[in-house]
Amino acid sequence: MEQRQDNIIHRIDWTIIILYGMLATMGWLAICGASHSYIETSFFEFFSQEERSGKQALWMGISMFAGLILLCIKKHTYRNLSGIIYIATLLVCILTIFIAKDIKGSHSWISIGSFSIQPAEFMKFATALTLAAFMGRRGFNMKDNSDFMKCVAIIMLPMLIIVAQNETGSALVYLSLFLVLYREGMTGIFLLMAISAIVFFVVGIKFNEEIFENLPLAIGPYAVTVLIQVFSIAMVKFWCKHGRTFIVLLAVNASVTLASYWIAVYLIGFNIMIIQYLLLTFNIVYLLLRMRIGKENSNLWVAIYIIGAIAFYNSCEYVMHNVLEKHQKVRIEVLLGLKDDLAGAGYNVHQSKIAIGSGGFIGKGFLNGTQTKLKYVPEQDTDFIFCTIGEEQGFLGSAFVLTVFVLFILRLIKLAERQGDIFGRVFGYTLASIFFFHFAINIGMVIGIMPVIGIPLPFFSYGGSSFLGFSILLFTFLRIDADRDGR
Amino acid sequence: MKDYTYDKRKYILAGGVVLVLAVYIIQLFNLQINSEEYKNKADSNAFYKKTVYPARGLMYDRNGKLVVYNQPSYDITFVPREIKGIDTLELCKALDITLNDFHERMKKIKDKRHNPGYSQYTEQEFLTQLPGEEFARFQEKMFRFPGFYVRKRSIRQYNYAAAGVLLGDIGEVSQKKIDKDSYYRRGDYIGTQGIEASYEEVLRGKKGTEVLLRDARGRIQGKYRGGELDTLAERGRDLTLSLDIELQELGEQLMKNKIGSIVAIEPATGEILCMVSAPSYDPALLTGRQRGKNHRELTKNKNKPLLNRAIMGTYPPGSTFKTSQALTFLQEGIITPETAFPCSGGFVFNNFKLGCHAHSSPTQLKPAIATSCNAYFCWGLHRMFGSSKYSGTKEAMDKWRDYMVSMGFGYKLGIDLPGEVRGMIPNADYYTRHYGNYWRAVTVISISIGQGEVTLTPLQIANLGATIANRGTYIPPHIVKGIEDGEIDSLYLTPKSTLVDHRAYEQVVEGMRMAVTDGTCRAANIPGLDVCGKTGTAQNKGRDHSAFMGFAPMNNPKIAVAVYVENGGFGATFGVPIGALLIEKYLTGTLSPESRQKANDIQNRTIYYGAEAR
Repeated sequence: MEQRQDNIIHRIDWTIIILYGMLATMGWLAICGASHSYIETSFFEFFSQEERSGKQALWMGISMFAGLILLCIKKHTYRNLSGIIYIATLLVCILTIFIAKDIKGSHSWISIGSFSIQPAEFMKFATALTLAAFMGRRGFNMKDNSDFMKCVAIIMLPMLIIVAQNETGSALVYLSLFLVLYREGMTGIFLLMAISAIVFFVVGIKFNEEIFENLPLAIGPYAVTVLIQVFSIAMVKFWCKHGRTFIVLLAVNASVTLASYWIAVYLIGFNIMIIQYLLLTFNIVYLLLRMRIGKENSNLWVAIYIIGAIAFYNSCEYVMHNVLEKHQKVRIEVLLGLKDDLAGAGYNVHQSKIAIGSGGFIGKGFLNGTQTKLKYVPEQDTDFIFCTIGEEQGFLGSAFVLTVFVLFILRLIKLAERQGDIFGRVFGYTLASIFFFHFAINIGMVIGIMPVIGIPLPFFSYGGSSFLGFSILLFTFLRIDADRDGR
Repeated sequence: MKDYTYDKRKYILAGGVVLVLAVYIIQLFNLQINSEEYKNKADSNAFYKKTVYPARGLMYDRNGKLVVYNQPSYDITFVPREIKGIDTLELCKALDITLNDFHERMKKIKDKRHNPGYSQYTEQEFLTQLPGEEFARFQEKMFRFPGFYVRKRSIRQYNYAAAGVLLGDIGEVSQKKIDKDSYYRRGDYIGTQGIEASYEEVLRGKKGTEVLLRDARGRIQGKYRGGELDTLAERGRDLTLSLDIELQELGEQLMKNKIGSIVAIEPATGEILCMVSAPSYDPALLTGRQRGKNHRELTKNKNKPLLNRAIMGTYPPGSTFKTSQALTFLQEGIITPETAFPCSGGFVFNNFKLGCHAHSSPTQLKPAIATSCNAYFCWGLHRMFGSSKYSGTKEAMDKWRDYMVSMGFGYKLGIDLPGEVRGMIPNADYYTRHYGNYWRAVTVISISIGQGEVTLTPLQIANLGATIANRGTYIPPHIVKGIEDGEIDSLYLTPKSTLVDHRAYEQVVEGMRMAVTDGTCRAANIPGLDVCGKTGTAQNKGRDHSAFMGFAPMNNPKIAVAVYVENGGFGATFGVPIGALLIEKYLTGTLSPESRQKANDIQNRTIYYGAEAR
């Protein structure tokens, strides 16, 4: 017994524990800052409704205690229990829909005494464990359609239940698990499609009305054509074996694009969009020719991608201007930052940007933020917790927090990669993906470059269930990592 | 066990994470370092700069009597969003207004055309300038009306129901003024007329600010940094007026039921001792809650009580002007004191005749002044315009004009009150434009007796009196003689000289003395005071205007007075007795019983003016 305890202490990864400790500490201080008002002073009122830092400290203690217990459970136990945990948690989540009180339309909270618990926070753990166990089975093959669909089912099932709880934001988190599938061999086309669709839509619509300073030309459509060239040439580089195709395409596209832009600006103005479309046409024709000569089928897919991309962009514009209702259009425009909607959803983000922007380089100092103290940012101790850091710690502090967070995620990837088996690696990547998604969406929302999707920033946002849920994920993985050599 | 086929994908994933970090840090840089916009917005969010209003400067009269002071008043304001569910009826009772008033007021406040600053979230003015006792009644019940607030301001109070048009009043500052002067904010008070306007910057003091923290719901959460950034309000500086407020009161009483003006000046200093514009009004009418209503009524009054006739009214000076002619002719050598002109019922030249009243003929200068002989001054001007000293009529005319201007006519004297007008002194060009080149002395002869094109303000007539009393100099008349911790404009300290030297003035002074002892101003002959005077009966379309200009004592004069009563008839009817009463009051400090009786008589005499607006 003594011996084993000692071993665990040596075998767990202390780097990630230190990073976790830093995040938790900074998070708690941020909650102190956010929930502190000018009158109250104590941070350790454990059961106070007003001063949330005390309650959060209590939850942090509970979480760390739970983490210690989880460290004592062996890796294979987790693996063996995964199915049961998954099904049990699913059932609790379904039950929650019916017994939970309606809190702002959401049916996800169960109250026990003065504490409330959100079972959905533990669903991530159950799903991660099950996904890892399923993919870690002998004979699992990502290319097998049936196996792939089962993976998708494991991910989508909890997602649907959480949507039914009316917690759309939390449900979207499960989409991040497709990154895990990608790591394990799912074709990258899906990711590429999703990413290029989002990029083309955002860039195209957002800059549709903006004109070049020196050319009578809208930036949006032009930028999209250039992006299509970049994406398709990158695809050729990665997927097509014939090296010359890539070099020819790169040389022709780059030189013609730059030359036509230069000529139009400095020599004689003409519509360079025509050149762009000619270039894309050239690319398609060239790819198809190379396909016939070099017998490379992937060229066809790239050609189809180019055509599809052009069609997609033009249909987006059509949909935006001719199909969507006015209020839907406004919502999208607000999201893209084309319009200010200060009365509605835009209010939070606007106030959040003011709070962060007012922090300046070194910030106003701990507990000295005016915007957060005076409650200008709604949800400032939960989803918008990062505002407090931005305002009180300034650029230095907030960039530091982001960097620590990213180091934490990168460390998780590193740990995942060093696992001896697929179970451990998948579980590690699940963590990394979930933390990354929360990080990217939450911070992106608060600094105004992502849509408002209400999900917490792990270890920072106030909320016991969320802190406990993330801690469980982390400590389980720590034990799995400690047992990576098959012990 | 390990699947190396997809091993490189870890770099793509890790790269994606780092890329997101880079983008977010760039955005943080944009928000926090690259832009001041958010810092400013944060300040306007969180800081509520509460204005602390200073007390406005007080005004004392020349004898140290307090004339204008402040009294606290209270503005009742409310935040529309916060007053839901209050008992309206109870509120109306507490504020002593009707329910109908309440609804009308609310409608007006919410009407964006009347109140462009309307917002659900900010303080709106419900009732303004509530006096102390009314506010006390409301304050007892205030806890029942959440969302209602109080703003302490002060309003002007007056110890004397006199000098309204001089003191002026204060009102809310106009948008035009706000645009011009960044000191003012919407809702501030500013002097709009009279001394309040011309000495606004002295009286207003300096506003202070308290920097308060305001939360998202608009509630005040205390002082920012313990009040470190607050600035104190500085109270306005006090003014000492040159007015003798009791003389002013007497002047206004005497002018009751008449239209016209009185100006009294201390000759040695140019200080205005009283300035009456009749009809006058009680300055208290233009303070407090009734200001709007009273102001409208005064504006509508056809006799225009808001017009300061002493500096804004221009009148033919009539015979008072003859003194300036005598001075000019003497100085130019056109006449000597011994020169005599005939007067057989007037000035007759070819077919032209200008009438005069009966007196002995021919007359020399002093008796001409004493009896106010028209013919004498017509002949004087005729001789001047015909004199070989000048190249012709035009040069003579312009010479004449120069004399007049040097005596303070034709241009503003520069009194420290807004709205002064310049009156009219014609020059050669003026007549050439009207008559072509064929005009001569006889064409313009009536200017020599203060008729025709010549017009003066009562202030200019009084200043003529002061100049004669000084034997040739005057200090531009002014109404403020002292500023707390400051000095009055150097313009009001520097004497100006006319083109006429004092020997000529002595002749005119003796003439004016003779008018009192032996001529048209005998009613002004107060034993022991050595009054000098000159009547004026200015011809007019209707009844003649009654005027008087004089000073006393003859040597070392203390007071110069001009009285002008519209349609008052002969100068001796109203002008002389009013002027004499003011001189007596000022020099002896009181009125003798007979004079008191005379004053009552004059006070009760009403001149009937037609229905037409004036």
